[in-house]
Amino acid sequence: MTAVQSTPGPSDAIDAPRSPYRRSKPTRTNFELYAWLFMRMSGVLLVVLVLGHLFINLMLGDGIHQVDFAFVAGKWASPFWKVWDLAMLWLAMLHGTNGVRTIINDYAERNGTRFWLKMGLYAAFTLTVVLGTLVIFTFDPCPIGADPALLPEFCPAR
Amino acid sequence: MATTEAAPAAKVGAIPSFEVTVRIRRYDPERDSAPHWEDYKVQVHGTDRILDALHKVKWEQDGSLTFRRSCAHGVCGSDAMRINGVNRLACKSLLKDLDPSKPITVEPIKGLPVEKDLVVDMEPFFQSYREVMPFLITSGHEPTKERLQSAHDRERFDDTTKCILCAACTSSCPVFWTDGQYFGPAAIVNAHRFIFDSRDEGADLRLEVLNDREGVWRCRTTFNCSEACPRGIQITKAIAEVKQALLTRKV
Repeated sequence: MTAVQSTPGPSDAIDAPRSPYRRSKPTRTNFELYAWLFMRMSGVLLVVLVLGHLFINLMLGDGIHQVDFAFVAGKWASPFWKVWDLAMLWLAMLHGTNGVRTIINDYAERNGTRFWLKMGLYAAFTLTVVLGTLVIFTFDPCPIGADPALLPEFCPAR
Repeated sequence: MATTEAAPAAKVGAIPSFEVTVRIRRYDPERDSAPHWEDYKVQVHGTDRILDALHKVKWEQDGSLTFRRSCAHGVCGSDAMRINGVNRLACKSLLKDLDPSKPITVEPIKGLPVEKDLVVDMEPFFQSYREVMPFLITSGHEPTKERLQSAHDRERFDDTTKCILCAACTSSCPVFWTDGQYFGPAAIVNAHRFIFDSRDEGADLRLEVLNDREGVWRCRTTFNCSEACPRGIQITKAIAEVKQALLTRKV
């Protein structure tokens, strides 16, 4: 089963689209299974998270006019919204990155192209997730020296 | 094929006769550096198939035209080709179903190395077919009589027994076109045929093979394979059933 059979004849001329045929090494992991399952599950969760996020931010209260620094700071003072936004960030980034990884696997024809496209993708993923997580956890709702009018109500400066 | 093209339509009876242009993708590895299109005008009857038109070209106009065909009745699966952009068996597509006012394009199936004209190297296709172990795997003693199976158990995999390995599905799959590493619909269909066979004991082995990076998880459910299958096998459904079996580890 390992021997690659090639057809005799003027093989130099027969190169389209690929020849000789070599299968890539078999993988013995469940990675693709879990990636496939993750896409389905995170998709369902993201529908709830994103639609909930849009509804709270844009429909309730004053709608889009209420969104300013004080509104975001007020939301992130509560651990509930921190977890919500963190879950949304991680799930959306993992879901999107896995989707693009799949597209690269499907469309890139050479292994080198595939490798470097994926490296770029993973770098973008890491940067976005690290920065986003850092912002959510280190966010200061009451920065010192800020205009008191812009701060949320619970800040001592106000 | 007893009638010649000179026979007037009246002699054939009620069968209409018309002229079509068949545009064939020609490639001779000993002469051409790249494939090219060539047009052939043939007089055909309303009951003729693409295969009859190809025969007319080969027998009456250009004997160097090369294509595979054996039974010519949709059973052997030799003459899968890309007709007007879709994968069909030349012996099962009637000319009257295609628009005769425009040239009918005939190309080799995509994604496999072209050897000459419409003949492709099927080895990649059969290699992934062999990898899913398309044979009965059992343990214990050989029964002295046949291995019995209930009608209900037989029904479970009935659809996937119809495969004739013509490669119309695999060569219609955009994932296969990219690098040819994907196992392809045909291999999965033939694995399905044994995975869901109650007499077979090798389901775990085959599921393990199809759990590969190039296995069922590369299926994007574009349904090209189901559309291309000349036997009408619900291929995408069969692939989904293999995915399900992998997720639940239950056959």
